[in-house]
Amino acid sequence: MPNPDQTLTEILNLAAAHFKVSREKLTPDDDFFKTLGIDSLQTLDLLTRLEHHFHIELPDYELQGVSDFRTLADRIQARL
Amino acid sequence: MLNLDQYSCLGVALRDALERWPNETCLIEADRDREKTRLTYSDFKDVAMPLSRALEDAEFNSGDRAAIIMTNQSKWLISAYAVFYRGGVLVPLDYKLTAAEHLQLLAHCKAKFLIVEYHLWRALTQSPEFKSHKLKKVLVTEAPLKADLAGAYRWEEFRRKGEPGFVARQREDVVCIVYSSGTGGRPKGCVLTHDNYLEQCKSLTAWYPFWPGVRYLSILPTNHAIDFMVGFIGPFVCGACVVHLRTLRPEFVRDAFVRYKITYVSLVPMILKNLERGLRAKLDELRGAKRFLLRRMIALNKWLTRKRPRVSLSRKLLSRVHQGFGGELRAMFTGGAFMEPSTLQFFYDLGIPVANGYGLTEAGTSLTLNDLKPFRADTVGKPLPGVELRILNPDTEGIGEVAVRGKTVMSHYLDDPELTAQTIVDGWLLTGDLGRFDGSGHLQLFGRKKNMIVTEGGKNIYPEDIETVFEGLPVKEYCIFAANYLWPAKTLSREMLVLLLRLEQNQEFTSALREELITRNRRLPDFKRVGGYLLCGKDFPRTASMKIKRTVLAEELRKILDRAALVEL
Repeated sequence: MPNPDQTLTEILNLAAAHFKVSREKLTPDDDFFKTLGIDSLQTLDLLTRLEHHFHIELPDYELQGVSDFRTLADRIQARL
Repeated sequence: MLNLDQYSCLGVALRDALERWPNETCLIEADRDREKTRLTYSDFKDVAMPLSRALEDAEFNSGDRAAIIMTNQSKWLISAYAVFYRGGVLVPLDYKLTAAEHLQLLAHCKAKFLIVEYHLWRALTQSPEFKSHKLKKVLVTEAPLKADLAGAYRWEEFRRKGEPGFVARQREDVVCIVYSSGTGGRPKGCVLTHDNYLEQCKSLTAWYPFWPGVRYLSILPTNHAIDFMVGFIGPFVCGACVVHLRTLRPEFVRDAFVRYKITYVSLVPMILKNLERGLRAKLDELRGAKRFLLRRMIALNKWLTRKRPRVSLSRKLLSRVHQGFGGELRAMFTGGAFMEPSTLQFFYDLGIPVANGYGLTEAGTSLTLNDLKPFRADTVGKPLPGVELRILNPDTEGIGEVAVRGKTVMSHYLDDPELTAQTIVDGWLLTGDLGRFDGSGHLQLFGRKKNMIVTEGGKNIYPEDIETVFEGLPVKEYCIFAANYLWPAKTLSREMLVLLLRLEQNQEFTSALREELITRNRRLPDFKRVGGYLLCGKDFPRTASMKIKRTVLAEELRKILDRAALVEL
């Protein structure tokens, strides 16, 4: 099982690849709606990709109000 | 359907519904492709009664306020019924608000009880404003086993044996306080009575009836006036079934139509537009004879349904399209924002009527709705039975502010007599929306009064009206503002319209896009043309029903951009 830092790094890598932005532009405390310029439907796409990567299921309602990578990583880590 | 005239309050009507259709399914809840809950009306009663009894034992009494902050799910409706059973007042809050906003509204409505999902409760407890809350009891749903509930109770364990005492209310008593999604910072708590809801339910079901076997897919938030009515009260007093999905991922929403053979659904214009885009892409993939045949069938369907919808016939002619929606879909409802006529027409031509309507929280749910006799894509329909509308101070084209009077109009704004007096004048609720009636009694909307401009030639221009010319523009989102609205000036002269553009991620503003703007702008009469554009670096703030929060957006823009940023077209 990856440790929390590894999980966070993997999420940032995947988000950068998924939305085709430079990895250097993303930091853990970024509001991903703003940094990536995405809306809630596009966020759901990213979550589906993260689910496949980590082999977990993230309910939409559990992620209501989550907008930064660090909190997202915490929620994912809790399910690993 | 129950005869609603005989009831004094929502609690009695719902209680009778549970007795009338004990074996009919009333709720289905699915998470992705897994069904989690399926309840008959009798099961619903069995779950709600112990909760209502526990509320009674916790001294939740007639007139006490209970707030709900939950996503769409069965426990939302069960909790609401338990509150109504005790004669309580429900305060449905938008789950998409921030914790600070939730706490502000909880304090404003003086809620005694709160029913909330665990993840939202966790956010509330972590907010700096949390310590000052004055809630007496909090019930938390779906909390993990070892979670720290910060003094709250588990919803699933908050139940007591024994028959709860039913508390009947009168029609004029308050049953809900609903915060309007208006864009101001001041909380606007619309105080609604039992009479408001019972009368609204009667008018809506007169045109779009429910019956046992009908399945309504609940996607809009239940705290929203529309879903509360057509995704709870309406179906329940008719013995119909509500389907909840715990995810809004498009692939599962599509599957739900088919798996549960959905009859009705309400959608915000943005989601409807997404559905249209997906469907158009699929239809465009067809080649050769299949493409030719489909086009012929659509043309034939269009001709056969020109006077009224003929859903059974359309299902036969365009069976593949209808099967994609489960084969039982009778109508989709939309409203709450300006809907593009071409989208409504697209679905109607496929034999799927989209009933466009117009309403506001202050007036219950809906004031007008398309009655499909015949279908009209360019209006928001006719006033529902019992709703009286008039146009105040119409100009030479018949356009003026829409005012409404009727039994569905709220009692007042909570603790705000000043705002109430400004909004309800001589018994008429002033909507702030501009409209006119056409010769056939259909209401056409032209925009919000406040963002309207009057040209030097004395003509009224409605930015929302002009947005339709830019429909389908290849950008992420756009909207029109009056420049003087963004940067207030004390003169109406030299007024101009501004097109605000939000580009897609990594999209560049190209000369081709500029040409497209110019071409479209030229389609407008000269006095309505857009004078320039602004590029916006962030997504537009939107309400729960996906309307652009124009006031908030204007304020944000004012801070970061000035007139110099405007690029003339």
